[in-house]
Amino acid sequence: MSSINLDSKTPQGELAEKWTQYKGSMNLVAPNNKRRIDVIVVGTGLAGASAAATLGELGYNVKVFTFHDSPRRAHSIAAQGGINAAKNYQNDGDSVWRLFYDTIKGGDYRSREANVHRLAEASRDIIDQCVAQGVPFAREYGGLLANRSFGGVQVSRTFYARGQTGQQLLIGAYQALARQANTGKCTIYNRHEMLDVVKIDGKARGIIARNLLTGEIERHSAHCVVLATGGYGNVFYLSTNAMGSNVSAGWRAVRKGALMANPCFTQIHPTCIPVSGDYQSKLTLMSESLRNDGRVWVPKSKEDAEAIRKGTKKGNDIAEEDRDYYLERRYPAFGNLVPRDVASRAAKVACDEGNGVAPTGLAVFLDFASAIERYGKAEAFSQGNANPSAGQIRTLGEKVVEQKYGNLFEMYEKITGENPYKNPMKIYPAVHYTMGGLWVDYNLETNVPGLFALGEANFSDHGANRLGASALMQGLADGYFVIPYTIGQFLSKEIRTPQIANDSPEFMKAEQEVKERLDKVMNIKGNQSVESFHRRLGKIMWEYCGMSRNAEGLKKGQKMIQELRKEFYSDVFVPGNKDEFNPELEKALRVADFLELGEVMMVDALDRNESCGGHFREEYVTEDGEAKRNDADYTYVSAWEWTDNDEIKLHKEELKFENVELKTRSYK
Amino acid sequence: MNDMKLQLKIWRQRSAEEKGHFETYSVQASEHMSFLEMLDVLNEQLIGKKEEPVVFEHDCREGICGACSMVINGQPHGPNGGTTTCQLHMRSFKSGDTITIEPFRAVGFPVIKDLAVDRSAFDRIIQSGGYISVNTGQAPDGNSIPIEKGEASKAFDAAACIGCGACVAACPNGSAMLFTSAKVSHLGLLPQGQVEHEARVQNMVAQMDKEGFGMCSNTGACEAECPKDISIENIARLNRNYMASMFSSDK
Repeated sequence: MSSINLDSKTPQGELAEKWTQYKGSMNLVAPNNKRRIDVIVVGTGLAGASAAATLGELGYNVKVFTFHDSPRRAHSIAAQGGINAAKNYQNDGDSVWRLFYDTIKGGDYRSREANVHRLAEASRDIIDQCVAQGVPFAREYGGLLANRSFGGVQVSRTFYARGQTGQQLLIGAYQALARQANTGKCTIYNRHEMLDVVKIDGKARGIIARNLLTGEIERHSAHCVVLATGGYGNVFYLSTNAMGSNVSAGWRAVRKGALMANPCFTQIHPTCIPVSGDYQSKLTLMSESLRNDGRVWVPKSKEDAEAIRKGTKKGNDIAEEDRDYYLERRYPAFGNLVPRDVASRAAKVACDEGNGVAPTGLAVFLDFASAIERYGKAEAFSQGNANPSAGQIRTLGEKVVEQKYGNLFEMYEKITGENPYKNPMKIYPAVHYTMGGLWVDYNLETNVPGLFALGEANFSDHGANRLGASALMQGLADGYFVIPYTIGQFLSKEIRTPQIANDSPEFMKAEQEVKERLDKVMNIKGNQSVESFHRRLGKIMWEYCGMSRNAEGLKKGQKMIQELRKEFYSDVFVPGNKDEFNPELEKALRVADFLELGEVMMVDALDRNESCGGHFREEYVTEDGEAKRNDADYTYVSAWEWTDNDEIKLHKEELKFENVELKTRSYK
Repeated sequence: MNDMKLQLKIWRQRSAEEKGHFETYSVQASEHMSFLEMLDVLNEQLIGKKEEPVVFEHDCREGICGACSMVINGQPHGPNGGTTTCQLHMRSFKSGDTITIEPFRAVGFPVIKDLAVDRSAFDRIIQSGGYISVNTGQAPDGNSIPIEKGEASKAFDAAACIGCGACVAACPNGSAMLFTSAKVSHLGLLPQGQVEHEARVQNMVAQMDKEGFGMCSNTGACEAECPKDISIENIARLNRNYMASMFSSDK
């Protein structure tokens, strides 16, 4: 285990030609051999469902696992705003190069050039594929596809399906998977949770899964294993992730020798509904697309902010000249559409200075009044009314805004009880996405041969900050257009390998270990609930490894997590028993894994003595308060090993930039 | 803060085989809590007493994954229109209320435990034909198929279904017509979906019947309870499509 060679296996050649040439020179698996090869896919979100369906179409025997009751419930379903693609349908100067460049820059120069370029190339095919599947993207009056803008870019390249883009794309992939299930090429195991990966002669050859309804522990073998199990934002307890989203599949892989890359790179999304009380179980995102039209502001004076917090004044009572549209002021070139990390930090600064607007002091306004007026005037004009009244303008403008963002406004009103057409929304940053994940090479293969990771579960494409509408793009690129090719690099060497038996000593041992782990948590029989440990872990993570970090806090946080972990294993209480449907037991195993991951995140953030993207270290700041990167010392991927004697060990992959020049990221 | 006092009458059932019964619990909640957060409070109470928490399904808690279910005071997803259980907030109730909470009840959705039911029949209906057969890589350019904005929008309205099953739970016959017709409409209204349209209609209806869902008698309860406001126009469309496919399909 001591020396791990982190070879990215990036192909030679010109950046724009690498993928095409590589595809043309790859080893293939002939159709008659594909029939004899089994592949396990864990996870049925955009990456998992698209990979499983495509591998099934190619002729592999695919076994698909999800802990949900149906593949369609995977959390990709909740993505709102859109999916990027370098189609240049708007004739506004977009290109593959520009999408590549925006993504590299947006990620603060901490991702691999070749991977990102491949992503930008695949983006175009994704749109075509999804349209053909019947995804009802937004359209113009002429019947062609519509676009909007997202943060950190100056073109309109985001395709969308109202505020439910993730849902529609996932239903497309789910239906493609359903089609393969119908042909028998994909077998779907619903309500099955992967609890371990099984290695034979160093290669990943299967998984141990728990049937969540019966509690039965099952051994499933295959020639290789693909993890598409999403992100780990729930380590913070409060996040925009679904309640069930977890790190366990990825973390079990780490415990079997895979490496966790850049775990501290967490995306804190600027526009979420603020926390309102201690009982809160999750946070709700308000799509970034709202920043196309919404203007972010706080009152200029602390007195006005105080009055709003107390409820004696409302946002609308503050005169135009007494408002600080701080994003427009600080970043005139990108205004309200600066990238997420920049917008989140700016909101934190505004609230830290005492200008926050919710009773907790932790909220800023997102205001649609000027958009409603602008749209209302335009609409009145196009209806032939050159002198509309203020009332007419409002009514017409609200209608346009409703068409664009209706479901988001409705969602906001349901949660807060306030009408966002009449009063500005209150928003605050929240944990949303994790750029870090399993280390993978260009083939999306981890350092464990035969173990692949796709989508949010890997670390590969977003560097230290992901741009809006790029998660859906990456999930589907990995699943539809990358893994179906690159998996052949591994499987072409396995065509003589017979079906893998699931009763070999390795499988039996892994099964035994899983059973012991279950017994261990069941038998603690302490006095505190799983939920209470999860909440406490989340508070530690948010306090010391959240929107801003410093060395002292990270050391303290690491120690607190170690202590909390000890307490968990001596005092957690899991009701019920293990041989039945027991959601508390499922949660206990997930929280146990978060308690280890959290420590690695602290260590990673402490190691990285620079500020970049979502990782903001208070010690490394420019004079005007922006993140200060250190390219000389930190242009590398941090890949962490959890050793057999529970040590956390760093391996580095140097990042080489041959096509873009590393610059200070500026959106001013 | 937690100033609402509530009585909860909750259906408890250990497994599909065992008989279920109502249990009554008291819980204190705040009006800002979501309904599921109120149940979280109850479960923490039960775990604190080393009792078994109430099993209910939930995941995204923002109204899109379709996992949450349950019948609240006789209505799937509770009293508010166009709302999933997870989007329901306690401000819709009053202190002192007694709230009855049951699982979705339908032949096609057997109870698994407490408030969780098995909705896998929906997956099998989709697998029987709820897709467009296009392999990855076969697609033409996205803009080569213009679709009239209004038609695309109608298809979207049908595609907004979250597969929660409230329509089945609301229907006195336990029919899955709204779910099935929404998928047939989503794909059938688009030009991409035409090639397989007739076979799709036939196969999906056949699978729906095979799963034991009841017949539609046009009560409209499904539409009233659908958290995504899917219209029963889709059912009318499915019926027309089904009749047409009987005459023209060679199956």
